[in-house]
Amino acid sequence: MAEVVLNKVTKTFSDTVALDDVSLTIPEGSFVVLLGPTGAGKTTTLRMVSGLDEPDSGEVLIDGKSMKGFAPAQRNVAMVFQQYSLYPHLTVRQNLAFPLKSPLLRTSEADIEEKIKSVSEVLQIAHKLDNKATALSGGEMQRVSIGRALVRSPNIYLMDEPLSSLDAKLRADLRIELKSIQVNFGQTLLYVTHDQIEAMTMATHIGVLDKGKLVQFGPPREIYENPVSIYAASRLGQPRINILPADLFEGSQPKAAHTIGLRPEQITQGTGEDSVVKRVEHLGDQTRLHLQFKQHDIITVTDAHTELQSGDTLKIKPDAPFYFDVDGGRIT
Amino acid sequence: MAQIRIENVRKEFGTFTAVESSSFTIEDGEFFMLLGPSGCGKTTTLRMMAGLELPTSGEIYIDGEEVGMKRASERDIAFVFQMFALYPHMNVGKNMSYPLISQGMSKADARKRVLEVAKILGIEGMLNRPVGGLSGGDRQRVALGRAIVREPKAFFMDEPLGALDAEFREHMAEELRALHDRMGATTVYVTHDQLEAMQMGDKIVVMNHGVVEQFGKPQEIYDWPATKFVAAFIGSPAMNFLDFEGSIDNDGNQITLDGNQVEVPTSRDGARGKLALGVRPEHIHFSDKSNYRGKVVASEYLGTNQIITLDTPNGILKARVPSSHTVAAGQNIGLEFDARTLTVFGENGHALRSFANEGVLNNG
Repeated sequence: MAEVVLNKVTKTFSDTVALDDVSLTIPEGSFVVLLGPTGAGKTTTLRMVSGLDEPDSGEVLIDGKSMKGFAPAQRNVAMVFQQYSLYPHLTVRQNLAFPLKSPLLRTSEADIEEKIKSVSEVLQIAHKLDNKATALSGGEMQRVSIGRALVRSPNIYLMDEPLSSLDAKLRADLRIELKSIQVNFGQTLLYVTHDQIEAMTMATHIGVLDKGKLVQFGPPREIYENPVSIYAASRLGQPRINILPADLFEGSQPKAAHTIGLRPEQITQGTGEDSVVKRVEHLGDQTRLHLQFKQHDIITVTDAHTELQSGDTLKIKPDAPFYFDVDGGRIT
Repeated sequence: MAQIRIENVRKEFGTFTAVESSSFTIEDGEFFMLLGPSGCGKTTTLRMMAGLELPTSGEIYIDGEEVGMKRASERDIAFVFQMFALYPHMNVGKNMSYPLISQGMSKADARKRVLEVAKILGIEGMLNRPVGGLSGGDRQRVALGRAIVREPKAFFMDEPLGALDAEFREHMAEELRALHDRMGATTVYVTHDQLEAMQMGDKIVVMNHGVVEQFGKPQEIYDWPATKFVAAFIGSPAMNFLDFEGSIDNDGNQITLDGNQVEVPTSRDGARGKLALGVRPEHIHFSDKSNYRGKVVASEYLGTNQIITLDTPNGILKARVPSSHTVAAGQNIGLEFDARTLTVFGENGHALRSFANEGVLNNG
């Protein structure tokens, strides 16, 4: 476990700026999730910490020590990628034991056995320990590759979309297990995803990346309730935040306001101005309403068993909305 | 436009039964979802409807006509596979007109038809562009366009959004559904994503191990699952099962959980043995008054609400509560359940019939 710091890191690939002056502190024992669409710089950030890539300028520090010139193996980081990479000729048990058999670590056989047992139970692969790695399903292989990282006690775990190839049920189970690695064992994780549920449920801190820049960094609740921009606000929330012209609703708005941002809970139903219900989606625990309001589409949510039907009229009014300026920056 | 009826359709591959005898009806103009985990038989069912597989037994009717032995090309169905099945050497317009030209339509008529459909999809400005340079969404629109130009009786789609990332998938799902609302063509859609099924479908068939577990409207299936499998597969987090050894009387409305009386909808089926109480996460309320308690294991923040995982005398429970509640791991919390929403499951995993769910269960 260690604190990891990125200090003014810039990285370009030919003419693309992948990371643009990124400074970021990953506190010891934290679970930091980097969130952003493809090309935002998430994976590049991970590769900087791992040593798979070197910054053009700026530096990476682990435990206060500059990592310049250190190879991945010397940094004592454990990586899990989206694409699993196992030794195909070895069994699951041998794959899991492999990192512990490094002469640097000198782990006793009994400790190795103990580690493998606990990790394989957490990952629900205990019954497959003696199978060849090639005799596993894709989801099982991915769990083994996560397991290979978990048997170690590195400075930091670096994970790049490790759950994206798994089915929904297993993903939900493993979210809780990965979170417990940080909560119960005090480990430090840097985790890359574009799945907002993973980010919200596991992170102690979310870093929002936009075209190589770190635009916001803070606890999930802060990013959700107090986003700095339209971009940051759009990363979290299902259904997504509605962005509309600032003067669309009656009443006054801040002077520089160009757009108004409304999450579903920032729309009061039953008072205000008329909208027309275009479509009602019953999702079980809640119902999504697709509304048309003065030629604009708005999505909000209501009770699971609403009587509303398409064609109905519904009065709506903003409630403590966000306002953004012409560049998408947050005003109030 | 077509009604599609499946009667006792069964499919075996050697000794493996992919689809057990299945029956359901897809009404004209419906957006119909075949939902289930991989290997459940949903794609095989779709392929039999399309004529790409022959059923081992049973009948398939399209608009009242038995089509089981008809070839795929004679059924007038348009199939949209997982994205991007486009001809790479043709431009957008040619990709879309190809099915028409190969059916013998004149070039002028085909061009007119392609332009009409391109307008519906908002791609009329890119008909002369090569497909190579298009974004994922535009390629998907072109693939759809190629299916739509033929004006088929029905559209069959096999996980068409499976390859897209989450944000874009949601957008395309809305677009597909809006398109269906404009055109009104019968659409059968295969997915393993329960949220996609709930969001887009007028009706859902839930399949597992080749068996139709339940068939009906999304909200009805969510509220009143026929089996534990359906209850667990639909909803995120899934329905909770509190396992208990006990009984419920015919006409009874109480069960006993760890010594506490819990009210449930008045039962139609009496049962005893290893039963389970099914409760949805949003129907659990925290109450100091309740003697039925659980210990907080974990909390997961989700914006407006949060998921609290609790350890109870009858197993692990996930509750969905507003984010304004603050709870700490290790805390012991009293739990109440919304009586009208509960389902009791028997030993065989089937829901016991009650006054609340019998209407839905009798439907299919």
